[in-house]
Amino acid sequence: MRNLWIICRRELSSYFSSPIAWLLLTMYSILFGWFFWNYLGNFVVESIEMQMAGQMQPMNINEQIIRPLMLNTSFLALFFVPLITMRLFAEEKRSGTIELLATSPVRDIEIILGKWLAATILYVWLLVYAGINFAFLFAYGHPDWKPVLIGYLGLLLQAAALLALGTFISTLTKNQIIAGAATFGVILLFWVFSWVSSYDSSTWAQVLSYLSVPVHYESFGRGVLSLKDAVYYVSFIFIGLFFTARSMESLRWRS
Amino acid sequence: MITVTDLTKRYARTTAVDRISFTVDKGQIVGFLGPNGAGKTTTMRMLTCFFPPTAGTATVAGYDVFTQSLDVRRHIGYLPESPPLYLEMETDEYLRFVGRLKGLSGAELETRINFVCDRCNIGDVKKKLMGKLSKGYRQRVGLAQAIIHNPDVLILDEPTAGLDPKQINETRDLIKSLAGDHTIILSTHILPEVEQTCEQVLIINKGKLVATDSVHNLQARARGAESIVLEVAARSGELSVPMVQQRLGAVAGVSNVTSKGQDDQGAFFEVESRKGQLVRGDLARAVVDAGWDLNELRPAAMSLEEIFLQLTGTEAAAPPPETVSPPESSAAEPAAPEAQP
Repeated sequence: MRNLWIICRRELSSYFSSPIAWLLLTMYSILFGWFFWNYLGNFVVESIEMQMAGQMQPMNINEQIIRPLMLNTSFLALFFVPLITMRLFAEEKRSGTIELLATSPVRDIEIILGKWLAATILYVWLLVYAGINFAFLFAYGHPDWKPVLIGYLGLLLQAAALLALGTFISTLTKNQIIAGAATFGVILLFWVFSWVSSYDSSTWAQVLSYLSVPVHYESFGRGVLSLKDAVYYVSFIFIGLFFTARSMESLRWRS
Repeated sequence: MITVTDLTKRYARTTAVDRISFTVDKGQIVGFLGPNGAGKTTTMRMLTCFFPPTAGTATVAGYDVFTQSLDVRRHIGYLPESPPLYLEMETDEYLRFVGRLKGLSGAELETRINFVCDRCNIGDVKKKLMGKLSKGYRQRVGLAQAIIHNPDVLILDEPTAGLDPKQINETRDLIKSLAGDHTIILSTHILPEVEQTCEQVLIINKGKLVATDSVHNLQARARGAESIVLEVAARSGELSVPMVQQRLGAVAGVSNVTSKGQDDQGAFFEVESRKGQLVRGDLARAVVDAGWDLNELRPAAMSLEEIFLQLTGTEAAAPPPETVSPPESSAAEPAAPEAQP
């Protein structure tokens, strides 16, 4: 446990001492802000129009801003996860520092968990920065805060699952670009698996669409806490880290 | 301190290390010598638990590298071929990280950091990003991280590779000063390094251990039959090389005489005698009696380099005359005067 923290802290300080963390924070804030700005703008214009038309239908911030924002920003993970995970092991393999870690009195699983945790904590930072936008909603309106929290939990679980996948792919190569590109490709595939369900209802198609990542985010995005989707993400994390551990073991046997 | 028995590492098609066995006593410095690709790094990686052996066993500080890997790792310091530095970190931040990984904490950690910085002479770059350090400094930081937890065993993979001559000397002195407290295995393909730093040598070639002995014994062993180099000159006129050869060959106990070329000073000959026979005096007398001058007579001590080539069987080309009798040869002086009439 102590070793896990040592690894995690070094990893985080490495993210933040290079431009990568700051670049990702900036990009994520800009994109999330742009989404927010547009939904908000839409909401404001619509409510003014309604007032002018004299209709007094209630406008709902949760339904018209928070829900679409949560649903539509979830796909940002597709671009940000590979950028975060690509260096995790690939860089250590290239620079030779993996020899230091692998010959230190530290278990492989502590190394893997430490690195994955650092990546997840960085992602939490992205979400926290983006969350500043919500402060404005709470300052000037009275939205229900629970869907925001549940949506955030969903974004975090989804990201943690994809980060585990990215961590695994990063152990397979010493080239960061390859690790990043492969992670992007595989995540994209997990994104579109569910397409098959639109025309095919065989078991095969059902399994594929169950594996699809965004399908499990829908209820979180709507503000509904769904245990079965949470189980999916947690299993995804577990399998991803399990494969990482096997990959690191085979690294020891093969290299 | 280190016991290796039939250690083997096989890859899909090749055998990188083939059943090597050796032991290293506490406090010794052992040189692990071999051409590139001989299996030095592979052996070291098995000892440091970077990967497990295919067959055979090794114990380090009393722990088995396979079954008690974490205990072994606690007792070794390892400097891989390229120092494992995180270039985006500052030196002291890095040493703190490694120290923690090896189990140090609190005041003890800080004391050890100061100690290794002092020992490895890196105090002035403590607050520098390691990406900005020169090769020599990086190597020393690598050494510092290897000794930070005061390990019983130090394993150094080509610690002087890529350094300039001054840095090489500094690093060697540092390594020598570390012996005693630590048992050290260092690998190299540079022979003088072994002659200078190590007490014992393990020579490895194509995955097999071809020799293991002290540096001194190894030189004596490879010499085998005594071999003597003579420089003979004519008092006047031309020297007949075949005649000298014939004359030297007639001396009792001489088994072989080879001509090693000629320059304007005289002609060189290498004389091999049967083991245990001292023929130097007879050789000198034979030359002088024939009316020639004996300019030089010395035992042809094999350099470790020649032993190495002999043992590994690579590039067995005959050494050029310059190697046989270098102009600044100091070995010649004690022998020559006693031979002069």
